[in-house]
Amino acid sequence: MIFLIIVTVSVVIVSFFLDREKTFTGLKKGLRMFVDILPELLNILILVSVVLYLIPQSVLIRWLGRDSGVTGISIAALTGSISLIPGFIAYPLAAILLKNGVSYGVLAVFITTLMMVGIVTLPLEAKYYGLKTALLRNGLSFLGALIIGILVGVFM
Amino acid sequence: MKKILSEIGLGEYIFIVLFGLALVISQAFNFSFVSPIARNFWMFFAEMVTFLPLMFILIGIIDVWFPKEKVEGHIGKGSGFKGALWMILLAMLQAGPLYGAFPVTYLLWKKGCSIRNIFIYLGAFSTMKLPMLTFEIGFLGLKFSLLRTLFTLPIFIVISVIMEKHLQKKQFEVKQP
Repeated sequence: MIFLIIVTVSVVIVSFFLDREKTFTGLKKGLRMFVDILPELLNILILVSVVLYLIPQSVLIRWLGRDSGVTGISIAALTGSISLIPGFIAYPLAAILLKNGVSYGVLAVFITTLMMVGIVTLPLEAKYYGLKTALLRNGLSFLGALIIGILVGVFM
Repeated sequence: MKKILSEIGLGEYIFIVLFGLALVISQAFNFSFVSPIARNFWMFFAEMVTFLPLMFILIGIIDVWFPKEKVEGHIGKGSGFKGALWMILLAMLQAGPLYGAFPVTYLLWKKGCSIRNIFIYLGAFSTMKLPMLTFEIGFLGLKFSLLRTLFTLPIFIVISVIMEKHLQKKQFEVKQP
């Protein structure tokens, strides 16, 4: 957190001395993006607050924690592949889940499948590249995402 | 009712308003199950409200200092290692969801980009965008982000090579729907 403050403040100061106008454009752009995602973020925070209340932490740890093994990875891979959540929302969500006992490995699988595999957008992808190609890319990406997620989990 | 709400742009806030109402009502009637939910929410909210504006400011500044146009000038030149490197760079400077990358690959294809580089672009776009990396480092830590990027890079290159090998003999093209 302190690291982030230091980096952001120094970047803004350096940028300001190099080019005032550019800096203001950048600041405006950034804050605009923040305002744009705010409703979606609040909705997710509400949902997570309710879900984490309904599911006791012990259950969360059993299903998605360090020792959840194949079960945890499967749940993460499925939800990651199916859902369509922007990274701006997915990472804060992942941080909350991490604090509540979900393991790095499970989160890594969720994040990588979320980024690389898109079942919901498959029809759209097929329009650009053809159905077979889209299926192949998603299939290979699913396998790749699993490998990446598991490796990250092992090394964290 | 729905129409009026969406017209004043309140549609996406409806869930939030209802949540707020539920909190107020339950406070009045002393429903015990609501307070832990509210506590959860405020805890998450407080953290996000301090974290996120800083990150978005950083992303905004990065965005104005890295001119995409310069990188775009290198696209199509050479399809070897250098071409792949430029594709990754270009992808890293983008933002948005993966389906936003599909129309871009159509333009790249028209410019003479190889099959492999099209899929390298998609791979880098989905996993290595700078704004996403900023968020990843901020929320899950530098070690997590480094490890994930390190494992992801070779894997999406391998995927792209497989895609090219497979599609070379077929009549592959990127279409504009």
